[in-house]
Amino acid sequence: MERKRTVIEDVDRGVYDIKNADIAAYKSEAGLTEAIIRDISREKNEPEWMTDFRLRSLEIFNSKPVPTWGADLSELNMDDIVTYVRPKSDMKASWDDVPEDIKNTFDRLGIPKAERESLAGVGAQYDSEVVYHSIQDNLLKQGVIYTDMETAVREHEDIVKAYFMKLVRPQDHKFAALHGAVWSGGSFVYVPEGVEVKFPLQSYFRLNAPGAGQFEHTLIIVEKGASLHFIEGCSAPKYDVVNLHAGCVELNVKEGAKLRYSTIENWSRNMYNLNTKRSIVDKDGTMEWVSGSFGSRVSMLYPMSILRGERARCEFTGITFAGQGQYLDTGSKVIHAAPYTTSNINSKSISKDGGHAFYRGLMRVTSGAHHCKSTVSCESLMLDNLSVSDTLPIIELANDDIDIGHEAKIGRISDEAIFYLMSRGISEVEAKAMIVRGFVEPITKELPLEYAVELNQLINLEFEGSIG
Amino acid sequence: MSKLLLKIEGLRAQIDNKEIIKGVDLEVHAGEIHIIMGPNGAGKSTLAYTLMGHPNYKVLGGHAFLEGENLLEMKVDERAKKGLFLSFQYPEVIPGVTVENFLRTAKNAVDSRKQSIVAFNKLLKEKMATLGIDESYAKRYLNQGFSGGEKKKNEILQMKVLNPKVAILDETDSGLDVDAIRVVAEGVNQFTNKDNAMIIITHYKKLLDYIKPDYVHILKDGQITQTGGIGLAATIDEEGFAGVNTN
Repeated sequence: MERKRTVIEDVDRGVYDIKNADIAAYKSEAGLTEAIIRDISREKNEPEWMTDFRLRSLEIFNSKPVPTWGADLSELNMDDIVTYVRPKSDMKASWDDVPEDIKNTFDRLGIPKAERESLAGVGAQYDSEVVYHSIQDNLLKQGVIYTDMETAVREHEDIVKAYFMKLVRPQDHKFAALHGAVWSGGSFVYVPEGVEVKFPLQSYFRLNAPGAGQFEHTLIIVEKGASLHFIEGCSAPKYDVVNLHAGCVELNVKEGAKLRYSTIENWSRNMYNLNTKRSIVDKDGTMEWVSGSFGSRVSMLYPMSILRGERARCEFTGITFAGQGQYLDTGSKVIHAAPYTTSNINSKSISKDGGHAFYRGLMRVTSGAHHCKSTVSCESLMLDNLSVSDTLPIIELANDDIDIGHEAKIGRISDEAIFYLMSRGISEVEAKAMIVRGFVEPITKELPLEYAVELNQLINLEFEGSIG
Repeated sequence: MSKLLLKIEGLRAQIDNKEIIKGVDLEVHAGEIHIIMGPNGAGKSTLAYTLMGHPNYKVLGGHAFLEGENLLEMKVDERAKKGLFLSFQYPEVIPGVTVENFLRTAKNAVDSRKQSIVAFNKLLKEKMATLGIDESYAKRYLNQGFSGGEKKKNEILQMKVLNPKVAILDETDSGLDVDAIRVVAEGVNQFTNKDNAMIIITHYKKLLDYIKPDYVHILKDGQITQTGGIGLAATIDEEGFAGVNTN
């Protein structure tokens, strides 16, 4: 397989050129136009069907209202959407503009400089070329395709065409439509029948298209009997001057296949994170989600599993941490659309310093889906009296031949527990952090080690930051 | 006389706007075991919690010094670092935090130095063995799913690992069967030496079959009304608290 080697100079010049063109050609345009979309498609050298797909998505985007049922999105200026899609050059990010708290966090997490700049969105992607190469060779031997989305559209057109935005359609909601119109970057993984990918693939190692952190598309297909663990994102804060993120993740788990998808999203505090993630699971397939949502100003994120084959199963393990000024509306959705399907949802949220964590879950069982089993557990921990936590687990049953367990708990961090730990010499800050780390432990232990460590460090930072 | 460790003078404390401790005086020297007995509601636990610094207990007056330092001005964790320990009657359950992790964090805090994980685990294993606690408990979440007896043993384990100067045992023997009481008592006996001291709050005389106190105090209506030797405990056991002098 041919792979274009991205060098930093190329990336930089590319960004510069695009911005120039943008300002020259579209300065007077307020909204997102056909010309902009065509331009994006042309830059990516896309086949015509993709250009058409983008344009249809644009139409849908323009026809849909901004959803009002969840987070308050009124400060997202939709008339000026083009600034989210195409930042003006005066918004060009520089390391000096990255907020201090984020710089400090990078520092505390011990992230190397090159990588920090990449994570902050002000430098080229961190170059892990060597690691990337060795993984790539190993995978190639097994017939696994692992590449960026743009390359996939060009080099694996048939597969992409068959799956791209079939699971999350532009018609689903306004931001799915926006994504369809302006998507850029992301990962494509295809695991052929019967292949077990022994080590987790991390998008971390992949070189992204420049500026592709906002509307990235992840498409994964795990064929019959194959297995994969995919890890996306990074728990270090991603800083972006452009503050809308509308990514899309589509996961296809075929008969008897197994996919584990782990992600920790940690955006800077100015971000509107409106991400759509969905998986569809065939007969005897297994889908496992491990999901952490940190950072952002507003998040709306509800990974969905559609269990369409008999005995398909899914597991969801998620943690949401809402701090000061944050509204995180997250949850898990499961559609039991076949008999003998199983789901197991375990969701936890923490709110602190006035943060608002909203659990919005859906568990739907269709009429033909008899003998299904579902366990839903959501637990919320509020660390002070300023913080808010809501739980809205919706259960829709179209037949009654099912076995459901549901548990929801909302609690505050207990003064007695803090006193107990402090009576053993542990400081108040550490006592609270310890209780919170214990609360998230069931999730931490599902994470890859380096992410678990980062998650715990992030929790520690949250406490040190607020109490001194 | 040996070194004065804890000195309490005219201590008064309230909870929920109700004065419970109404002027307690007590001196505890190194090498001593003190027993505090008293009827329900006398303020025994309140005294313990006030000394440890529970935020719900408000000091109205008086003083408490640990090795000459003003305890009442310290935060809870500072008191622990100074060498005060409280064994809880109902220890909290802390999900997701293992006994090992918790105790290592606590040990590093009270000793103000970071011990290696290997060295700490060795110490923990030793102390667990002396109390007959199975090694697997180190990996269990703190007090989660522990029986009453296991929780109390775990408190004694913490005491032995943290090695305080003054340990207060708040009804550590209550709710335990004879075997568990014996294990707790053995733990206490192994722990006490000429440099530390212990205040044992109890309801029952049973524990005194295994522990030899230097003093027995009767706490009634927020004050120590009588102090004596082990004979005082015997009187209470036979005649109840009504049988002792109440001023």
